[in-house]
This record gives sequence, structure tokens and C-alpha cells, in this order.
Amino acid sequence: MSTTTIAAAPVGAADMPGARRRRWASALPYLQALPLWLVLGVFLLIPIATIVAVSFWDDQEYALVPTFILDNYRDALGSHVTWSTYVSTLRYAAIVWAATLGIGFTVAYFLSFHVRSTLWQMVLFQLCAIPFLTSNVIRMISWIPFLGRNGLLNRSLMAVGITDHPLEFLLFSPFAVVLAFVHLYTLFMVVPIFNTMMRIDRALVEAARDAGAGPVAVLRHVIVPLSLPGIAIGTIFVVTLVMGDFVTVQMMSGGQSASVGLMMKNQISLLQYPSAAAQAVVLLITVLLMVWAILRVVDIRKEL
Amino acid sequence: MADGVELVAVTKRYGTVTAVDAIDLRIPAGSYCCLIGPSGCGKTSTLRMIAGHEAASAGDILIGGRNVTELAPSQRGTAMMFQSYALFPHLSCLDNVAFSLRMRGVARPERRQRAAEMLARVHLAEMAERRPAQLSGGQQQRVALARALITNPSVLLLDEPLSALDPFLRGRMREELKRLQRDLGITFIHVTHAQDEAMALADLIVVMEGGRILQSDHPRAVFERPRTPFVARFLGGHNIIECRPLGNGTFALADGSAIQADDAAIPADGPVKLAVRSDRMRLAAPPDWPNRLAGQVTAVEYHGSFVRVALQDQGGSDHSLLLSETDFYAHPVGLGEQVVAGFRPSDVHLLTN
Repeated sequence: MSTTTIAAAPVGAADMPGARRRRWASALPYLQALPLWLVLGVFLLIPIATIVAVSFWDDQEYALVPTFILDNYRDALGSHVTWSTYVSTLRYAAIVWAATLGIGFTVAYFLSFHVRSTLWQMVLFQLCAIPFLTSNVIRMISWIPFLGRNGLLNRSLMAVGITDHPLEFLLFSPFAVVLAFVHLYTLFMVVPIFNTMMRIDRALVEAARDAGAGPVAVLRHVIVPLSLPGIAIGTIFVVTLVMGDFVTVQMMSGGQSASVGLMMKNQISLLQYPSAAAQAVVLLITVLLMVWAILRVVDIRKEL
Repeated sequence: MADGVELVAVTKRYGTVTAVDAIDLRIPAGSYCCLIGPSGCGKTSTLRMIAGHEAASAGDILIGGRNVTELAPSQRGTAMMFQSYALFPHLSCLDNVAFSLRMRGVARPERRQRAAEMLARVHLAEMAERRPAQLSGGQQQRVALARALITNPSVLLLDEPLSALDPFLRGRMREELKRLQRDLGITFIHVTHAQDEAMALADLIVVMEGGRILQSDHPRAVFERPRTPFVARFLGGHNIIECRPLGNGTFALADGSAIQADDAAIPADGPVKLAVRSDRMRLAAPPDWPNRLAGQVTAVEYHGSFVRVALQDQGGSDHSLLLSETDFYAHPVGLGEQVVAGFRPSDVHLLTN
């Protein structure tokens, strides 16, 4: 009995229809892509789908009512508060973007074009990254004793005689929010710009100099245009981070400033999940539109 | 519009390493000069110092009689064509060519027109709006050439311009470079490690090694009389024979046989090296050729118009003979055969170490 089976097996393998083997072969790539699909599905698609679904639900007292209503969006988009919060958040995003771009570009330019040895490049690069070894909150809190009314900065300024009363705008103000944002997110600008700059062929700079370009012209006509992909990636990082932030704004403004994230956080603490979900969808669409606009202007494919 | 270039004791040091060691060189106006040598010989550093992309550690560089040692690259009247072409990837070919005009403040319509004319000159008029990445290697090189020539430089500096091209294209570009140099009448300084390229192009060939100039002259003069064993080996086509002088132009080989040389400058004693061109040696040489070199055939290569026979003498040194196809097939030899190569005293000359 078993002998026949064994004897039959090779015949069966040889006879295995080509079609079935081909079907296996064509399914293989999908199988290889499956793990990534699972990860994206569980951690990206399902959460977003949930948020979108909840944004159409109703909430009564402490209960969520699965239904399909547009009230949440009507409230969100019809409210004056939402619009002014968006204006304030976008203003933060714009100011922080300009500041991180200025600092980030300068640091990246210095690191890649003026630091000659690779060793020093790595050392200085690591130095930029050291603040990231602690949490965002701790880095923010560390500003408070420095900027406060009786903080280090105010006391020093008064001791030197630059001012005779403490400067109030330093802490719990829009200034403090921007300062903290810039402190937190500049590295996200430095890294992609540095990466792009390291890939610029140094012969291009010489070719420009050979053609009579001075340092400013080299920067303007060669380095900036060729760094645009890095600038775009850094911009996407910084803008999306600032748009979605709520901790920094709350802590550094002392609760005096609003942001879209903060608005959602307040709704969640009031258990208004559907309203918060609708706000989240609006924010998501806003940020995606901004990213799309950036990608329209700059081609970053070579950087990926 | 051509300017001559003169280097006076030009030195380049990188830390403790001396890349170029106090070289003197005079390149006549309107000549085609090739700097040649193995990698690390200082030829590229020399070119980059002439261009102004590298500061000379010591010495003076004169272009058209003007000391330019301290001047910026664009003030020297030179233009450089880079090895990797260094075309700006974000600009169209036309804008690449027009770049230096833009830097000089030439108005847009004029610079675009002049750039278009220059592109037409290198037969790329229809590629004007393409980006460099959309062109073939040969086309990119012609754009780089057009970009270098647009400012009417008096000296064009070329850093290994042909090394990235395939052999067929290399031959064509070589002709084009030479024709262009003749038409423009400006000085070309061309760095290469390929001796055939240098021989074919140069009016003045400068052989460098270890940061020094070993020999500089017309290619024919260098090939006829390489001064040192290194030059002879680098140019190729020479056999180097080690022997002992016996006086009166006679030398003893390691195996005891003697050879004669007409070379006038023969020293009295010490081991010496003699050079004989590979194409001046024959198998089955006429009886009135007194010099003989015995050896075993280690390779026979058929090259079409000529046949190369490699042989090893009793001392273990390798030599090669370039025989005409007719000569070889009149007396064919095979691998491993013992043969005797003959040559004339007038074809022997002395090398200095």
C-alpha cells in the first residue's frame, strides 16, 4: 500500500499541472507583500477608518450613538472658534517653518560644506541630536525656569541693566510657544537638508566658481535649488508636527493660546468623541492638502 | 587670443604629503599640452592649480605673462572642463551653457542667443531644453565643452575628458577636441592617464611621476628618446635591457653576449639600462644587425596589421616585439620556442635612472 504511494509520488510531481504551479508563482509576490499590508492595515487604515466612521456618529450624554449625521462637521466648520484656531495654528506653523528652515539650512550647510573631516561632521551631527535623548515635555519644561518672570534670563538682563522690570513676553506667550517649537523641531529640518546637501557633487560648486559665481551666487544658483528636496521633506515634517501639536501650545502659552490639536484634546476630555473625530478628519485633510501642495512644487522622489 | 602658461617652482602640499614638487613648465600659447602620468602623480593637482581651484603652496603661475597665482578661477582667463562634466542637473543644457554669462550679468536674450550658438557649434542645438540627465555621455560632454568655451577662455583645462566614454566615442571626441583646438587657436591643457590619447593629441607631452616632471617635449621626441626607464615603460612600446658598459659603446648582457650602441652619451661604469623600441626589433634579423637578444617566446598575439611576440630573456626580463604581419609569417614562431631577436646599434639608447 505504502509502497504504491511512494512510487506514485514522483509521477504525481512530474504530472503536477503547469497551471497550478504558475498560479502559485503568481500569488507569491502578494504573499511577500502581505506583512506590510497587515502592518499598514492594523496601524494606519483601520484607525483612520474608525476615526472617519466615528466622525459621523452622534453623542448623547456619555453614550456614542452609531448613526450617520453631518452635525459634527456642520458644528466644526460653522464655528467661528474653529476658524480662528486654524488661523492661529497656521500662523504658528508659518513662523516655526521659517525659523526652522533658516536655522536648519544654515546648520546643514555648515556641516556639509564647511566641516571638512567626516569625523567632525559625525561628531557635530550627533551633537545636534543629543537633545532628542530626553522627552519633548522635559525639554519644554526646562525653558520655564530660564524664561520665567524671575527666571535666569530676566534676572541676568536686569543685573546687566538692559531692563529694569522683568520681561513678561518671555514665558506663557506666543513667543515661548514658537521658541519651544523651534527648539523641538529644528533637527527635523537639519537632517533631510543635510542628507540632500551631502549628495551634491562638489564639482558643481567648482564649476560654478569657474564660471565666475561668487559665494552668494553659488548658494543661490546651485546649492539652494539642489537642496529643495531636502527642504521639502523637512517642511513636511515640521508643518505636520506643528499642525497636530497640543502639548507645546498648552504648556508654553500657559493655556492662553489655542491650537487645533488643543481644541480636539478639550473635546476628548469632554467625551465629545464624534466632534473630535470630525475635527481630526478636517485637520487630516488640511495637512494632506499642504503636503500635496509641497509635492507639487518639489520633486522629492530622488530622496526616497 | 591664446595665452601661454608658465609654471615656476609650483608646489602643492597636502599636510605632509607633497603632491606637486616645485615643477617648472612653459606651455607655448596655442599649443595642445597633455599632462600624463599614473594616478597620484600630481597631474590633476597641477591642472587644478592652473585653474585656481587649488591654491599653490609655493611658486608662481603665469598666464599670458600675468601672474595669476592669487586670482580667482574666473579672473584667470581659463575655463575648466570637469572629469564628471559637473553639469548643473537642475538646469537645461541651454541654461548650463549660459551660466557663466548669467554670472557676468549678460542680459537674458543675449545670453540665450549666445548659448544657443555655442550649442549649435557642438551639434546639440536641438537638445537645448533638455536636462543633462536626458543626454548620453557623449552629448553631456559636448554640453560641458560648450559651457567651458562660452566665455572665450584663452586657456581650456580638461580633466580626463575622455575617460568616461566608450572606445568608439573616445576616438571621435579626440578628433573633435583637436579640431576645436586648431579652429579656436587657444591653449588646451589636457590631463590623462592614457598614453595613446596624449600621443594622438599633444604638441607638448608632459610625463609626470611622484609630483615631478620626468620629461616634457613633443610626443615624437619623447617616444624616440624616453629619458628614464619609467617614461619608457609608461609610454609603452619600449624594451628595457639591463647591462654593464664595457667601453667604446659596447655593453655586456647578463648572459655574456655583447651589444653595441651608437648613443653618444655613454658612461664609463656601473650597470645601465638601455631602451630599444619594440617595433625596431626583428626575429630573423639581417646579418648586418649586430645586436642579438636571446629568449623564449611566452606569448604570440595577432593584432591584425601587426603581431606581438613576447619573450623572456635568460635574466628573466620580459620584452616584446612588434612585427609586421608579413615579417612574422615569413618566419613564424610558436610558444615556448627559443628565438633570437636582432636590432641595430642606432636603435639603442641609454636611459638615466
